[in-house]
Amino acid sequence: MASYPDNLHYTKDHEWIRVEGDTGTIGITDFAQEQLGDVVHVQLPRTGEKFEAHVTFGEIESVKTFSELFTPASGEVVEINEALGDTPELVNSDPYGGGWMVKLKLSDTGEIDSLLNASEYEDFVESQKED
Amino acid sequence: MKKTALNEVHRKQGGKMVDFGGWDMPVQYPAGTIAEHLAVRTAVGMFDVSHMGEIEIKGPQALALVQHLTSNDASKLADNQIQYTGLMTPNGCFVDDILVHRFGPDHYFLCVNASNSDKDFDWIQSHAAGFDAEVTNLSANYSQLAIQGPRALEVMQPLTDVDLSAITYYWFTTGHVDGVPAIIARTGYTGEDGIEIYFDPSESERMWNKIIEAGQPHGLIACGLAARNTLRLEAKMALYGHEIDDTTTAFEADLAWICKLGKGKFLGCDRLVEQKEQGLTRKLIGFEVTDKGIARDGYPAFIGDREVGRVTSGSPAPFLKKNIGLAYLPIEHTAIGTKFEIDVRGRRLAAEVVPTPFYKRSRQ
Repeated sequence: MASYPDNLHYTKDHEWIRVEGDTGTIGITDFAQEQLGDVVHVQLPRTGEKFEAHVTFGEIESVKTFSELFTPASGEVVEINEALGDTPELVNSDPYGGGWMVKLKLSDTGEIDSLLNASEYEDFVESQKED
Repeated sequence: MKKTALNEVHRKQGGKMVDFGGWDMPVQYPAGTIAEHLAVRTAVGMFDVSHMGEIEIKGPQALALVQHLTSNDASKLADNQIQYTGLMTPNGCFVDDILVHRFGPDHYFLCVNASNSDKDFDWIQSHAAGFDAEVTNLSANYSQLAIQGPRALEVMQPLTDVDLSAITYYWFTTGHVDGVPAIIARTGYTGEDGIEIYFDPSESERMWNKIIEAGQPHGLIACGLAARNTLRLEAKMALYGHEIDDTTTAFEADLAWICKLGKGKFLGCDRLVEQKEQGLTRKLIGFEVTDKGIARDGYPAFIGDREVGRVTSGSPAPFLKKNIGLAYLPIEHTAIGTKFEIDVRGRRLAAEVVPTPFYKRSRQ
C-alpha cells in the first residue's frame, strides 16, 4: 500500500512538497514511483533557475517510460539532490526521504494553501484508480 | 481484451496489468523489472507467453508450403529440430518472424507473435491453395510458459520425465511436465539458456504454481513483459513492429542468416536477390547512448542537422548498466564507432554504433 505522510502537501501531478520556513523540498509520491517502476535517471534543473508553479522542472525516467516533473509552487532552485545522479533508485526506495529532488526558495508560501493534504490526495489517487 | 488462462493468477500475485496488443498481460510483478531481468541473467525467471500463437501445417506438401512461405531453409530441419525464420511478403519484408518446429516430414508446428497470430493464419491459409497441406490455428489449444536463465534446467528437471540436458539449443521433445503432456523446447527470447513448454490451458494455474514452488530455492521469480523486452534487446533479438515489419527486409534487419536464397523460390526471394545485388541503403545497428539519458522507441537520429534514421527499440540495459538501443541508419553511417545524435524530447544526446549483440551468454 502506498503511503502519504501528513506533514506534506500534494499535487494532482503526484508531487509532494515539505515546507520549512520559506524553503520547499520537492519529490514524487509513493503512488507515482510505484506507477513508474524502477527509476533509472532523473533530469534535474540547475541551482539558480527560477520556476512558476505547476510548470515542468525536470524529467524522471524508469526502465519502461518517462514522466515530466512539475513544481508544486513557484520559486528559485537553491539545492538539487546530487545523490540521484548515481542512485536514482532512491526515488523508489525512499520517495519522501533520500529520493527528494530539489529545494526551492518559495516566492509565495501562500501558494501552498491551494495544494492537497494527505487525505485529499489519497482520495484523488483512489478516484484515479477507479477510472 | 483477450486474456490468457493465467490472467487471475497474475492479478493475485500483484502483476501490473497492461494492454499489450489487445492482450491483458503483466508488464511487471512486485519485484520490479530490474530484479526480474537480473533473475533471468543470474538465476531463473518465468514468463507467461500463452498469448503467442500456434499454427500447425500437416500433409504431404507441408514442407513445400513452409518452404514457399519462409526465408530460411526448412528442408535442413531434422525431426524435433526448430528454426527461426521469416514469414515473408512478396517484397521480401516480414509478415512476422516465427519459430518452425518439425515433428516429421509432413508435420510442422509454428510459434508466432501474439498480435500477428490471426494475420499469420489468414496469410498462410491464403497461400496454401495448390499445396496438399492442412493449416490449423491451434492457438486456443496451448498455454505456453518460458522458464529462462542459467538455472532453468535445474528447476525443471525434477518436474519432467525427459532428460532436459539431452535437448540441445533449438531442439524440442514431447513428454510430461508435472504429469501433463507437453511440448518441451530449448528456446527462449532472453539470450539465456532455458526452455519453453506448451500444454493444455486447463492445467495452467496448477503448472504455474508448481514451477514457482519448485523454482523458489533456485531464485526463480515471475517476470513480466517489461523484463522480456529489456532481455531480448540486450541479446539483440528483433521485435515485430519495431525492428521488423512489412516495410523492412531481412537484409536491412541484419537477418541475412535467415535468408537462404539458394534453397529455391519462396515468397519475396526475387526482391531479396535484387537487394543483395544492388546493395543496401540502410541497415539496423546497435547503439549505446554516451550522454546521460535514454533514447526510446521512435526517437529520431541525427548526423549534424540531418535526420538520418529512427530508434526502433531503446531502453536501459539492466545487466550491462548502459543505455542501449537499435536504429536504422543509412548504410554509410553503420560502421562500428560511428558517432551520431538522438533527439530525446528536444535534447540531443550523443550515441555511438557498437557491436551487437550487446550481451552474449557464455556457453558451456
